[in-house]
Amino acid sequence: MKRLPLSVLLFLFFVFLAWTVSIRQAVLFAVGIGMGAALAGARFGFTTGWRQLIEQRDPRGVVGQLVLLALASVFSLSLLGHYPELTAALGPPSISLLVGAFVFGLTMQIADGCGSGTLYKAGLGIPLNMGILPLFALGSFLGSVQVGDWLKLGQIAPIGLVTEFGSAQAILITLVGLLIMALATRLWVGKGKTWWDRKWLIGALALSILAALNLIIAGQPWGVVYGFGLWAAKIVNAAGLFDPAANAFWSQAGNAQRLNEMVLMDITSITNIGILGGALWISARASSDSKPLTSTQWMVGLVAGFLMGYSSRLAFGCNIGAMLSGISTGSVHGWIWVPLAFAGTLIGVRIRRHYQF
Amino acid sequence: MIRSTKKYQAIFWACLISFLVWDKAVSPPVDLRNEPPLIAAGSGKPSSGGHCAISK
Repeated sequence: MKRLPLSVLLFLFFVFLAWTVSIRQAVLFAVGIGMGAALAGARFGFTTGWRQLIEQRDPRGVVGQLVLLALASVFSLSLLGHYPELTAALGPPSISLLVGAFVFGLTMQIADGCGSGTLYKAGLGIPLNMGILPLFALGSFLGSVQVGDWLKLGQIAPIGLVTEFGSAQAILITLVGLLIMALATRLWVGKGKTWWDRKWLIGALALSILAALNLIIAGQPWGVVYGFGLWAAKIVNAAGLFDPAANAFWSQAGNAQRLNEMVLMDITSITNIGILGGALWISARASSDSKPLTSTQWMVGLVAGFLMGYSSRLAFGCNIGAMLSGISTGSVHGWIWVPLAFAGTLIGVRIRRHYQF
Repeated sequence: MIRSTKKYQAIFWACLISFLVWDKAVSPPVDLRNEPPLIAAGSGKPSSGGHCAISK
């Protein structure tokens, strides 16, 4: 579909949301379109950036991610200090987080896309990512069903830097942490590498602004995985295969309410739909290229997608919910997530190579 | 290849739109009088939305 009729359709859906759901949801849909356009337009792939760093010692993608984290942290931590009604992405440091982040980092390399990557690549029309999306949702739902049991293995209360140290110190600590990551990257890649790429930096700037807008409008940071799990939960619940009242996660008042409400009222769902729409809009001019996969590659990719959904729930988020939103809103769980997911990725890139993706 | 990708894309969007239409049909109507604030920052109302980082 060409961009003009697609723009009209997206605008009509915006009006539909404003008229029948709420103006906030319509505006969040527009923010989601911006996220999808920024992710797809800049090919801002967290998975690709990590893989290029490991395999080619190319730091440009990771530097783009560090710039995104720094900008988003300055915006979000300042906002959290000013507006007490805004919430941070606080996940509990736990065994569940350690296992989940490791498995997520491993599987995202095989599936060639994290939470946001799967969304924007599905929006671009890449067949494997379109196939992965429903399995990611199912995995995310199963993870949410079992996350209570995983937490029983050991956890401590979530730690928020803004609550512990205040907004200004939280920004300072976060920027120092990101600087250490940049230095570690420099040590790994060595001298004589190109550090900056215009595409990654434009993507970082756009996504940091959109993430801040998400926080200002929704009152909570950008997330991806919750929406996926909710979609699968609604279908499984409607099919009579699941009793939410008997489950620790879905019997919670907020989750039970969202399970009963229309998905278009859910914050994460509406930005997810926006991301798909934004990426589709980008694909209307710049069609995506993807090589055909063998049946083994399809099978391995789909299993990885399912495990990615499951593990992202255990890890209290993907690259967006845990890494970007966690770190940029001062959650310690985001800082634990990164090294564990990176360790998983070190194995994931080898498995990816083994299956010749 | 491009043709089959377009076919997959059409199936994908048809499934997503069907899901949203089905969900709207089976869900209770939206209470428009109880609309959330357009901008949460400064509203004094904490967000009640779900997020993947939250364990409950």
